[in-house]
Amino acid sequence: MEIFNGGNVASADIPDLSAADFRREVVSRCKADARLVNLFGCSLEQGAVRLFAILGQDDEASLSIVSTCFSADSPSYEAITRDLPAAHLFEREIAEQWAIMPKGHPWLKPVRYHANYRGVADLWPDIAERPIPGSYPFYAVEGEEVHEISVGPVHAGIIEPGHFRFNCHGEEILHLEIQLGYQHRGIEPLLCAGDLQRGVLLSESIAGDTAIGHSLAFCEVIESLAGVVAPPRAQALRAVALELERLANHVGDLGALGMDAGFLPTSAFFGRMRGDYLNLLLALTGNRFGKGLCRPGGVLFDLDSGMADDFCGKLRQYKNEFEEVSALLFSRPSVLARFEGVGVISSGDARELGLVGPAARASQLEHDVRVEYASGMWQYHHIPISLSATGDVYARALVRRQEVMRSLEFLLKILPGLPRGSVQVPIGPVRPNALAVSMVEGWRGEIMHVGITNSQGRFARYKVKDPSFHNWFGLAQAMRGGEISDFPLCNKSFNLSYCGHDL
Amino acid sequence: MILMILFHWFFVGLTAPFLIGVIARVKALVSGKVGPSLFQPYFDLIKLFSKQCVYSHGVTWVFRISPAVTLAAMLIVCLLVPFGSLKAPVQFSGDILLIVAVLSLSRFFMIAAALDTGFSLEGLGASREAFFACLSEVALFMCLIALTLLARRMSLSGMLGADSPLSWNLLGPALLMVVASLFIVMLAENCRIPVDDPDTHLELTMIHEVMLLEHSGVDLAYMYYAAIIKFFIFGAILVPIILPVQTIFPFINTLIFAGGMIGLAALVGLVESSMARIRLNRVRNLLLIAFALAFFGLIVTLWRGAL
Repeated sequence: MEIFNGGNVASADIPDLSAADFRREVVSRCKADARLVNLFGCSLEQGAVRLFAILGQDDEASLSIVSTCFSADSPSYEAITRDLPAAHLFEREIAEQWAIMPKGHPWLKPVRYHANYRGVADLWPDIAERPIPGSYPFYAVEGEEVHEISVGPVHAGIIEPGHFRFNCHGEEILHLEIQLGYQHRGIEPLLCAGDLQRGVLLSESIAGDTAIGHSLAFCEVIESLAGVVAPPRAQALRAVALELERLANHVGDLGALGMDAGFLPTSAFFGRMRGDYLNLLLALTGNRFGKGLCRPGGVLFDLDSGMADDFCGKLRQYKNEFEEVSALLFSRPSVLARFEGVGVISSGDARELGLVGPAARASQLEHDVRVEYASGMWQYHHIPISLSATGDVYARALVRRQEVMRSLEFLLKILPGLPRGSVQVPIGPVRPNALAVSMVEGWRGEIMHVGITNSQGRFARYKVKDPSFHNWFGLAQAMRGGEISDFPLCNKSFNLSYCGHDL
Repeated sequence: MILMILFHWFFVGLTAPFLIGVIARVKALVSGKVGPSLFQPYFDLIKLFSKQCVYSHGVTWVFRISPAVTLAAMLIVCLLVPFGSLKAPVQFSGDILLIVAVLSLSRFFMIAAALDTGFSLEGLGASREAFFACLSEVALFMCLIALTLLARRMSLSGMLGADSPLSWNLLGPALLMVVASLFIVMLAENCRIPVDDPDTHLELTMIHEVMLLEHSGVDLAYMYYAAIIKFFIFGAILVPIILPVQTIFPFINTLIFAGGMIGLAALVGLVESSMARIRLNRVRNLLLIAFALAFFGLIVTLWRGAL
């Protein structure tokens, strides 16, 4: 069943296959030209569970949905991961949330350490009493000269909690297992329980540095289900805010990459420039991280023409500064020596692992939601996809540099001619028994929200997918055979979200 | 004699932290920041000296004794080094060997303490320290041998003192190579960029800092102080070679020495600001360059001697 970004379908219309057909369909389509975008479960009556798979055909800008149902007494199926590594974390999530066993899954561990949503026996018997991420076995390489290094969940810097378990031979990393789940807050059930106003506030808190991206995806789900289209001016302002968020984070990342390589000048300059973009967000939304802007039906704040001119003037100046400082960073031989050839992910690996966002584009995967599944303002203004071929830290830094330039050009193009009109329309009741999908290219990559409503017009299931959920495994893969002292730099080049993964 | 020793220690203890403050300030200024006070290292030391030590249950006496040994070793080395017009209290023929030996002793105890904690990251840091020390010590030895032959003296005071025969006019090419080599060794031994990053918070990339993670309070102050004094010692060896200016006025000599030391600290700050840290597996290449420079310096010296 085909669906477009921001569209919705009646739940009953989605094809319901047998478990074997479902698996065959997902695997064969993904082996051909599609990409696994989302795979999640939803509870039905009497303890039954329905699995949905959303596959994206990027070239045709179409999403297709298939589903399969499990009755309460047959909770197992043949794991998809064995044929499709991209499904790895999704299947672990399904096993944890719905206590459905993916038979033959290569590394079946919980993801976030909580009791299942169905209220039946968990696959891990004492997980509800002992929800401690670190107390489950880690993958261990055996051998006399192999040593294990564990880092976290408490780190020396002020970063989010996560545990990294390295199996090393000397300085060489043989295997890295990344253990997250320390920040699980239960966002998905909370989004189902509350009303719309509360939901949008929650969506802004899914990942603090992606407040615009996630709240925009949430608003588009609600608007789709309510049959409302946000006014053009609101869509333009959302695009402005999303690009400002991207600019602030990409510029901050480039600075942090410099700092981790020990190159101080650019880290200080980029750090200050990140503040400039955050201040623009503050001027637009009243919050440095853009909270409080996107609301179902439009945006809360308008940008008058004086402010728009002011933004343009400042952005022109910031563009010159950025060109200067990034030229400094990318021309230093000592910096390039640190960036090049570190943490390489081949194009094939990136495709198999299902990477998204700048990490995928750095491995030459042409994938950008703003181009392929364009919605809102991006339907009228094309942003070229920023690509790089080498798949290393250098490529990921280069993609960020290009994206900053292209975002600045995009903003300078649309700010002088923002559409006129109101910025908000009222939202009516949402369509019952329907499934709505929205995708947003956040600064980390593809964000997808899926809302499924029940017969009373409330959410029966709300699925959030942060790009980090795809990419964490890519980081582990990139470190294989690398030097352990290069890990922080490589980690920074991905800069993934912990709480976006932990939800 | 006792008074001379005490004054020597007093001088080092009082002035050495200032150099670290200069490095931090230069780095801050180059990156467009105001930076911390020049006296911040003093404040840090005072803060640490007023704190208690915390020991984990697993550590033995090796861990407890190592900060004291490390600091004591640096104080012993101090006594062999002249500071400008301030003569070294202890000097004898062959004291350069003692310097290298005592530096190794402090390193041995630091590594042993790091291994004693049983913390995997400290072990990683210890193995890196041991590996790089193997290379930097060879380069340091080579430099000292070349200096000995150039100056035809076996004691450090003889090489660097008022009547030192080291002069750029006569020995320029050989001296240049030795000085360049010593500068690299100084950066490596004092854990500065491009070898190590003293400001990083990333445990996995650290060399020296990771071995201090388990130390706290007064112990940490000892380690920190020892590192500061070590930088001063290397500076005090390098500066008189670079600036062999001697006048008959001790006051002016002291000013030249002080200016040279601050200039050297500023130079280190500039080096740190102008390049990234090199990859860990390429550090050995840098140290081998230092060794090669010293080695060729030695060959040039021997060749001159043959003439």
